[in-house]
Amino acid sequence: MVNTEATTRLRRLEPAAIGGIMSREVANFRTYWKGTTFSSILEPIVYLLAFGLGLSATLVDEVDGIPYIEFVGTGMVATAVIFSSALPAMFGTFVKHRFQNTYDAILAAPVDVEELVSAEMLWIGIRSGTYGCVPLLVTIGFGLDPAWGMLLVPLFCFVTALGFAGFGIAMAATVAKIDQFNYVTALFVTPLFLVAGTFFPIEGLPQGFQVAAQLNPLHQLVELVRGGAFGFEAIDLARFAFLVGFALLTWRIAVRRMHARLID
Amino acid sequence: MAAIELRGAVKRFGPITAVDGLDLEVPAGICLGLLGPNGAGKSTTMRLLTGQAIADAGELHVLGHELPGDAKAARAEMGVVPQLDNLDVDVTVEDNLAVFARLYRVPDVGAAVDRALDLARLRERRRDAVDELSGGMRRRLLLARGLVHDPKLILLDEPTVGLDPQIRTQLWSLIDDLRSRGKTILMSTHYIEEAERLADEVAVMNKGRVIARATPAELIAAHAGSHTAEVYGPPERLTEVKAIAEEQGLPVRPAGPAIAIVGSERAADGAVPGDAVIRAASLEDVFVLLTGVEAE
Repeated sequence: MVNTEATTRLRRLEPAAIGGIMSREVANFRTYWKGTTFSSILEPIVYLLAFGLGLSATLVDEVDGIPYIEFVGTGMVATAVIFSSALPAMFGTFVKHRFQNTYDAILAAPVDVEELVSAEMLWIGIRSGTYGCVPLLVTIGFGLDPAWGMLLVPLFCFVTALGFAGFGIAMAATVAKIDQFNYVTALFVTPLFLVAGTFFPIEGLPQGFQVAAQLNPLHQLVELVRGGAFGFEAIDLARFAFLVGFALLTWRIAVRRMHARLID
Repeated sequence: MAAIELRGAVKRFGPITAVDGLDLEVPAGICLGLLGPNGAGKSTTMRLLTGQAIADAGELHVLGHELPGDAKAARAEMGVVPQLDNLDVDVTVEDNLAVFARLYRVPDVGAAVDRALDLARLRERRRDAVDELSGGMRRRLLLARGLVHDPKLILLDEPTVGLDPQIRTQLWSLIDDLRSRGKTILMSTHYIEEAERLADEVAVMNKGRVIARATPAELIAAHAGSHTAEVYGPPERLTEVKAIAEEQGLPVRPAGPAIAIVGSERAADGAVPGDAVIRAASLEDVFVLLTGVEAE
């Protein structure tokens, strides 16, 4: 008889299991990638036309010496990341579990919950990390000068998206009904998105909000993206470490919550 | 070594005990039908065997692996065909199979997919999306997905529930083929005909336990005798006939609009009316007598 504990420990987070689950996501993605890509390109263009050009023509010319359209364009990377990671993780996970019974099928194979959650997070992280860069590319089209630091933006987006994917999966494993996601978006997603420094600098907010914004992963991503575009600072290492920590934390919470939900 | 061994398995969901001290042994190479009414604990038993439910008590071994600790290794060697259709409907037939071939670590994914397509007789539809298939094709695909890695043990959870008779017959021929290849099959069902048709042995399950187990013929001989008399008529008459039969110790069960006097060959004169329809005793008689639930 094989030592079961050693077998289980040796086979934790198997690449084959994770790769198999991700291949399922790729197969599904092939059926809807056109719509996703279209909206990922069009939305930042619309936002930049409205906020970037519109506001800069009438109200705001520059922020901290940065043309407003470039300020918004670099900030919108965070917007793209949270909406392409947290929301798909929440709704996608819920639908796959409750309505499609997809996870029952996957867990009948030699796959455990930790591998399942890790694969889902990785897939969302890669997709969101890719699409999150589109606003930056669009902003370059609107006149932002490319910089070598921007090559790190996909990595920043990927790590942030991992964290929000874990958050979304944990929420999906927690709510009882799909309309309860309204609480999550109202209490977490919308405030995080608005108080990230995307459309206005947080320095103008009351002190309490400024402190809270430092705990906002989206704010850290915004600052990192602007660092990549306009010059990094030493503190950016700490920002990146914060995002890595956020991803690790939500990963473990998501695994625990999904295990409780999926295994009777 | 038995393919499946459960000793005293218990699983509770709050105040409900779904599996209540279940003892079940499935020798290698047979098809065991787990026959029981809805709520008997069949699906919960299946989930215990895959490690998707953790028993509150008891010992569970599948293909020599102890559950739940070694459930992942056990799952690598078994195939599961679920009750509910959980195929990826927007994805093609072959992609659905390929994903699971990878999950089961099949070395040659392409060859495994081709074999599965042949098993399901869906080779011409390999590039079609699942939502373009008929219900019967989807169920064949579900079966093929559970067999893509050529497992030693196959769990079929209500394999033909909700299907029309013609499609059900198609699935039966596929399952028969698996039996002929010496696969070990545990099949849960509440269809009597399905159990009679496909199972080498039938375990009757009710309220979380196996209450009888043998070959269909042995179950009938032990619990129902050789003949059953079906009596039709108005309720008052049926009540009277039932009382007379039960006075003689003959079990009587509901049979739709009629009553069925089981073991009618033992009836004394007058217990079985002259207009009763005499037929051979069946597994359905056994099922209803043992569970108290009318079968489908």
